[in-house]
Amino acid sequence: MSEIGVGHYLTLSAILFAIGAVGVLTRKNAIIVFMAIEIMLNAANLAFVTFATSIGDLAGMVMVLIVIAVAAAEAAVGLAIIVAMFRHRETVNVGSFSTMRG
Amino acid sequence: MSGIAIAFWVLATIAVVSSLLVILGRNPVASVLFLVVSFFCLAGLFVTLHAHFLAAIQVLVYAGAIMVLFLFVLMLLNLGTPQWFDFAGTPTKVVALVLGVGFVGALVGAGVGDFTPSARGPAAGIPPDVLGSTEAIGTALYSSFFLPFLATALILLVAMVGAVVLARRER
Repeated sequence: MSEIGVGHYLTLSAILFAIGAVGVLTRKNAIIVFMAIEIMLNAANLAFVTFATSIGDLAGMVMVLIVIAVAAAEAAVGLAIIVAMFRHRETVNVGSFSTMRG
Repeated sequence: MSGIAIAFWVLATIAVVSSLLVILGRNPVASVLFLVVSFFCLAGLFVTLHAHFLAAIQVLVYAGAIMVLFLFVLMLLNLGTPQWFDFAGTPTKVVALVLGVGFVGALVGAGVGDFTPSARGPAAGIPPDVLGSTEAIGTALYSSFFLPFLATALILLVAMVGAVVLARRER
């Protein structure tokens, strides 16, 4: 209990990822869905850093940098899409954005 | 308990609680602020893993840039008040909860909690302090990971152009 190992970090990462996934599934406000996706990305980052330090490989750290950059790009484009959708529909309810359903 | 252990438990608890408040709260602005708290805790956890550079980047990019973007859009669209459609129905909630608990349960049941990888990477001999330093990451970015680094720059450029085009008002 007193010694913190890789397992603790990985369990925390799994818990955060599950919280994010539950958020994506249960919330209908598009912006909160985005925040839940950010939580999931962060959980993955935590696992990457944990493995990078524990096995001594820099690839994990570089991967985290790339994930952060992609998250920034995703947030910018996603929020622009939300703004454009809001102009059309006056709502950010993901349930009302179903025109592209197959 | 050592200092690292205390830091881990405190930061992990705050991170989990604030993440829960993000997805459970009714007020979107409060959700954004709890998300910032969660990101700061993640940065602290990166420090306990000796990844100081990534902790700084986490605070700068996530807690700084991305969260301001979220708050800005919330204010711009005047969505700061709770919305009537916010939560899915009870069946969806139950399914999501079962899936979430099942995910964590499956991973913990598979032995993630006792996992101890052996140091066998290319830099296995290097102490974690040096591994997470700005110098080490910078050297890696400009040598073995140069192409992914350039691709990231291209992604950011494309995303910037895309965001401007998408948010432009049609006339």
